[in-house]
Amino acid sequence: METVTLTIKNQPGLYLEADTITPDAFAGKKAEEIAGLPVYVGRDEHKLGEFFEISGKAGATAAETKIVVKGDLSRVKYIGMKMTAGEIVVDGNADMYVGAWMQGGKITVNGNVDAFAGTGMKGGELIIKGNAGNYLGAAYRGDWRGMSGGKITVAGNAGSDLGTFMTGGEIVVGGDVDVHVATHAEGGKIVIKGNAKSRLGGQMVEGEIYVFGNIDVMMPGFAYREDVDIEVDGTKGRFALYEGDLGERHRKRKGQTIYAKLYQQIRA
Amino acid sequence: MAEYLIKNGFVFDPVLGIKGDAADIAIKDGKIVETTALSSPKVIDATGKTVMAGGVDVHSHVAGPKVNVGRNFRPEDKLFGYKARSGIERMQGGFSVPTTIRTGYNYARMGYTTVMEAAMPPLYARHTHEEMRDTPILDQGAYPVFGNNWFVLEYLKNHEIENTAAYIAWLLKATKGYAVKVVNPGGTEAWAWGLNCENVHDPVPYFDITPAQIIKGLIEANEYLGLPHSMHMHANNLGNPGNYTTTLDSFKLSEGIKPNSKFGRDQVMHHTHVQFHSYGGDSWANVESKAKEIMAYVNSHDNLTIDMGQVTLDETTTMTADGPFEHHLTELNHLKWANVDVELETGSGVVPYVYSPGIKVCAIQWAIGLELALLANDPMRVFMTTDHPNAGPFIRYPRIMKWLMSQEARDQQFDAFKHKDKVIDATNLAGIDRELSLYEIAQMTRAGPAKALGLAHMYGGLAPGLEADVAIYDFNPNEPCAPDAIETAFGNAEHLFKAGVQVIRDHEIASNGNKRTLWVNAKVNENPQVMRDVKEKFLRYYTVTFNNYEVTGHYLPNPYVIEVDATQ
Repeated sequence: METVTLTIKNQPGLYLEADTITPDAFAGKKAEEIAGLPVYVGRDEHKLGEFFEISGKAGATAAETKIVVKGDLSRVKYIGMKMTAGEIVVDGNADMYVGAWMQGGKITVNGNVDAFAGTGMKGGELIIKGNAGNYLGAAYRGDWRGMSGGKITVAGNAGSDLGTFMTGGEIVVGGDVDVHVATHAEGGKIVIKGNAKSRLGGQMVEGEIYVFGNIDVMMPGFAYREDVDIEVDGTKGRFALYEGDLGERHRKRKGQTIYAKLYQQIRA
Repeated sequence: MAEYLIKNGFVFDPVLGIKGDAADIAIKDGKIVETTALSSPKVIDATGKTVMAGGVDVHSHVAGPKVNVGRNFRPEDKLFGYKARSGIERMQGGFSVPTTIRTGYNYARMGYTTVMEAAMPPLYARHTHEEMRDTPILDQGAYPVFGNNWFVLEYLKNHEIENTAAYIAWLLKATKGYAVKVVNPGGTEAWAWGLNCENVHDPVPYFDITPAQIIKGLIEANEYLGLPHSMHMHANNLGNPGNYTTTLDSFKLSEGIKPNSKFGRDQVMHHTHVQFHSYGGDSWANVESKAKEIMAYVNSHDNLTIDMGQVTLDETTTMTADGPFEHHLTELNHLKWANVDVELETGSGVVPYVYSPGIKVCAIQWAIGLELALLANDPMRVFMTTDHPNAGPFIRYPRIMKWLMSQEARDQQFDAFKHKDKVIDATNLAGIDRELSLYEIAQMTRAGPAKALGLAHMYGGLAPGLEADVAIYDFNPNEPCAPDAIETAFGNAEHLFKAGVQVIRDHEIASNGNKRTLWVNAKVNENPQVMRDVKEKFLRYYTVTFNNYEVTGHYLPNPYVIEVDATQ
């Protein structure tokens, strides 16, 4: 695997929209060619090389390409958008849409990400060592097709509207989350190791939510069913199982109605 | 103005009766002229290329509040679809509900120059005109909706044709409208009561009138006025299995009525998007094509024209003044739904829809639309549409041409269906080997719709005296080609003239044109009763005042008024 290193040298006046920072766009290119890839500031097109010092070279294919992005990237959007293979390491904080619509490969962010990370994600792995913003693994504005595959892991906290319209894949949050979890979801699995606030599973059709800590307010559309002993992401424990959203439509399998499931750990 | 001579192209023109012979077309002062009338023209060599009049779309939802609801509530329709401004081209965005700018350019790229907005809620006519004003190149008009309007329901309950006609004349003038549109007659009003009208004899709550009375009355009022276009109809029971009987019942209401129009049309009813109205069976499990039955009726009745409403197998945005139908649709596909009630006049709904080749019903719908066109005896009465964006975006017209002109292309699509055999069993299409000629396509997309609109004196042909709307396509009709070459060529006109202005040059937008808005000014005898009724309804019910209702001059910077005298 070949490595390309990008170090930010000029901060954009507004925000930099850099959906070309992907192993797919870099594959087969030398540093000078990568510097010529287009990026946008507002409506103006620029070249990647105007903002980044670029060294190394890409592999022949996306799968053989690793990208390391260094410096303060808190004004750089769309890193790793739609990537299908390869690896990106972001050494710092990144702005919105990290790994949005990604289909494969791996992104590691050694810092925080802003909103819409993993939007419409289909596959691959997104690891955030810091905190995530709102709309993690959600659908794009207006769309009904949220995260459908892959795995997102956040070491810190996540914001509101986590996993909206999720249909598959997995999100694990090490810390706390804000309001609205898995709204409209029709599949997938969300694990919250810290505390949650309210509106978990609103209009949720199918899928699973696991909460290890407190839930401030439970949705009235979720009903308690039973206590179960399960293992979740390496943690064994007793969980209270709720089913919902009772106000939503649900399909049946072998005569049984399939509900969305919300598990909350019972602590002594 | 510049003169042009388009030399030696293969010309397809139903007005002149030219079926692909090489001919020269001359343009001067915005009109088609005899070649001898030119003095020093710019010459365009069209050798080996196809030349046709500019396309005319009789039914498309491209401007107005419900189109904008679609734009607003579907940001995902614009995702990754923007095109930045470049040269003369302004910024463009959107797929199934494109911006006004993209609408104008994309129609032009297909060689279309006239597009009718198919449903204008009168109260929001100003918005509709603002959007049409911002749509470059195209000549446009809009059809105000009448089929659920309280005035119409009250007058027609007592069969007051003269009063209905006076009201239509007043509303066309107030809204700067072009024709009488009817959507789910009575049903949308019933929807405001949580109900619907599912056949032509289903009474409308409170008003105690039936759809049949509304339909027949509006045809009679339309002919009383002698408007350029006929009554333009979207019948009850759209989109439901077994609805073809409702469609035939609606068609029959036009029987025995003769056209009264100086504008050259022969029909008294245009029924739109008939694909959605040609279903047999009694559930989605056994829905089947009734296109044969529908076309048997259409072929044998000269006072009727129809358009296809062809499903294009895309992800799109459905939008219609048929409010109850959109609720039905959101219950089916569970996608987001917008619903609007327009006071005394109409209503509407909007729902995204994915016509998937993997779903049997979608594939059956696709086949039915094509059957309508392929079973047509007279292509001058059956027009190509997608009911944009309801059955698919208008940018797919060249793809529909491919399907109509090539059995090979249809077979390829059949093979791509997940439930191919079931689709073949439920439809007639696989047994039809007809391949339409470019001449027949020109009838369905140019001369036919222009005539039905009462605009044959302006559009749809290349005869001297007509508007110089001319499309030149990089397509040699005398050489064998793969089906996809049809789609490529007709989606990408090489040159296009609109009223003598070259708006596309070498496949690039070269001018934003001089867009005109057509409306019909029908003069009627003074009718104090109707004017009193109008003023009273504004005082009692409307949220706007009478004086703030009319669409005035600056909404139509370049109007084209068609005068009709119905005083007697």
